[in-house]
Amino acid sequence: MLELRLHGRGGQGSVVASKILADAVMKGGKFVQAFPEFGVERRGAPVFAFVRIDDKPILLKSKIYTPDHVIVLDPTLIESINITEGLKDNGIILINSELPPSEFKFEGNYRVMTVDAKRIAIKYRLGSKASPIVNTAILGAVIKAIPVATMDNLIEAIKDGVPVKIEENIAAAKEAYESLIKGE
Amino acid sequence: MFKPGKKIEFKSAKEIPLTPTSLGDMTHNYTGSWRNLRPEIDYDRCIDCMICWKFCPEPAIYIENDRPKIDYYFCKGCGICVEECPVKCIAFEEEGK
Amino acid sequence: MKKVLMGNHAISYGATLSRVQVIAAYPITPQTQVVELLSEIVANGELEAEFIKVESEHSAMAACIGASAAGARAFTATSSQGLLLMHEVLHWASRARLPIVMANINRAISPGWTIWTDQNDSLSQRDTGWIQIYAADNQEVLDSIIIGYKVAEKVSLPLMVVLDAFVLSHTYEPVDIPDQDKVDKFLPPYNPKIKLDPEDPHAFGGLTAPNIYMEFQYNHQLAMMEAKKVINEAGKEYGEITGRYYQNLSPYKVDDAEYILITSGTVAKTTNIVVDKLRESGVKIGNLRIRTFRPFPSEEIYEILKDKKKIFVIDRNLSFGNTGIFFQEVKASLYNTDIKVPIFGFVTGLGGRDVTPELIEEIVNYGMKKEKPEEEVIWMGVKK
Ligand code: SF4
Ligand code: SF4
Repeated sequence: MLELRLHGRGGQGSVVASKILADAVMKGGKFVQAFPEFGVERRGAPVFAFVRIDDKPILLKSKIYTPDHVIVLDPTLIESINITEGLKDNGIILINSELPPSEFKFEGNYRVMTVDAKRIAIKYRLGSKASPIVNTAILGAVIKAIPVATMDNLIEAIKDGVPVKIEENIAAAKEAYESLIKGE
Repeated sequence: MFKPGKKIEFKSAKEIPLTPTSLGDMTHNYTGSWRNLRPEIDYDRCIDCMICWKFCPEPAIYIENDRPKIDYYFCKGCGICVEECPVKCIAFEEEGK
Repeated sequence: MKKVLMGNHAISYGATLSRVQVIAAYPITPQTQVVELLSEIVANGELEAEFIKVESEHSAMAACIGASAAGARAFTATSSQGLLLMHEVLHWASRARLPIVMANINRAISPGWTIWTDQNDSLSQRDTGWIQIYAADNQEVLDSIIIGYKVAEKVSLPLMVVLDAFVLSHTYEPVDIPDQDKVDKFLPPYNPKIKLDPEDPHAFGGLTAPNIYMEFQYNHQLAMMEAKKVINEAGKEYGEITGRYYQNLSPYKVDDAEYILITSGTVAKTTNIVVDKLRESGVKIGNLRIRTFRPFPSEEIYEILKDKKKIFVIDRNLSFGNTGIFFQEVKASLYNTDIKVPIFGFVTGLGGRDVTPELIEEIVNYGMKKEKPEEEVIWMGVKK
């Protein structure tokens, strides 16, 4: 079983991202479960979303405390909360940032990867320049870093789960897939 | 006028309907027997505004030849018509007086 | 068609596939998305239904009562305080023998203000005369709404499908949405046994004197007892169409078990993982999930428990001054039988406290160590 934790801010679409990822994973033939942090969401406040993936039906209904990997939709969160909390050894930390992975230092044995999802989202006019919607772009990088679904699965999931600018969202996911920087 | 409905008594759980339901309509239930004050319209003063007809909650006032008529089988004697009549032409007297 | 659905949307699809004709609901966290999606579906013209906006949950149920009495298939959904506000009219719906189906998202009761799960809201409605089904995953939520109408309309009783707040309501899981024509075959249009009809007027719910009131209660009870059979039959028929079978009980590895955990809701799913793990280390344990709480399937529970050594009941609820409610029910239904084994009652997970595999293992370890329960309520995971 693989457990992922997504970090974002309220209103950034982390929950939608987790749902689209779950859909892509299901389309790829695996079993999946996605859920938000249970509670009240406030715009701008740090929020979490979680995804569980397995080859067999998922019975576990408790929360995720020790994720295998974390995905950070908003790099400014790294300053304010401990994004590595409970993260398993050798886990991937995938960050939406224009900086290379070597610019991020975390205590522990983790694999940092980055993708400039913000630039890609702005390029495809997803959201506004001031607050671009990065969730589909970052998902392109997620499935490259953690191969739980194919790009075709993700494209299908975006078509089903995104109400507007479907082509642009797909293009953003593809570009992010190609531009993931895996670090050393 | 009204034709009275049928009142049925049940003997066991097997006979009763799903939920307490009158077998016919409720016209067997002559609520007129509850009345101890009796409204009487003074047709000489009545202006046929039909406010009494509109307000009677039973409803026990019907319209016949464009005039209001009280059905004493069902009038409970609540006095609402008496209160609402704009020309105060409905008298309210003890039954049997 | 398979779709990744949150539990709340599984409810909406279940109601849509059941071709409900009247929906009346008032929003409350964590139920909101149920009615949001339904109102969209109705507005899009995908479902021909009357969507009644009301000013409270009491009115929502009152509207459902009116609609159902007029012969329509009526639906609502609520949670917690909203369900409590409905209490009076819940009694009315069942005693009027109206097959309304509703979803209740199990949310704990305030104060302290809370939106997280436990079962005290629905279990407080134990004696309202409603059928209660506790679901354990989103697929079961959707299926239970459809089967729910079949059962409710057969026995002329309202039925409540109950699911955990957030753990199901806001969790996305793959759900198979059955084809409409399959559902139509399983669930034909509602054919009311009694209804309001201006052509054939009746007075409903009128004065019922002591000489006949009891007979209505007697018939209500017979219908409830009949529902035990009908739920199993409808669950089997549904299984033949969809491959998913539902019964009053959902037993897991109980046949050769010496120890039995009794669970409900999502806790049951996590418990199955613990059962597998403990079995690997040689512990003969099984999990009995109770799906149908009302009517309580006492006879079926007896059949499973009759040759066991110990029974551990996990309650995500509490009846203050007594014990966990499933524990009470299990104990009470076994009292007049030959089962004389220790039954342990654990209370945990209140107000959304997470029920983890580790906690369930702790419960089993506790029960295995003790000869018999030393306290009526064994609190697990509470900071005493
Ligand atoms: S007394 Fe009351 S019931 Fe009788 S006619 Fe007047 S309003 Fe109607
Ligand atoms: S309210 Fe008075 S005046 Fe008007 S119709 Fe009735 S009795 Fe006549």
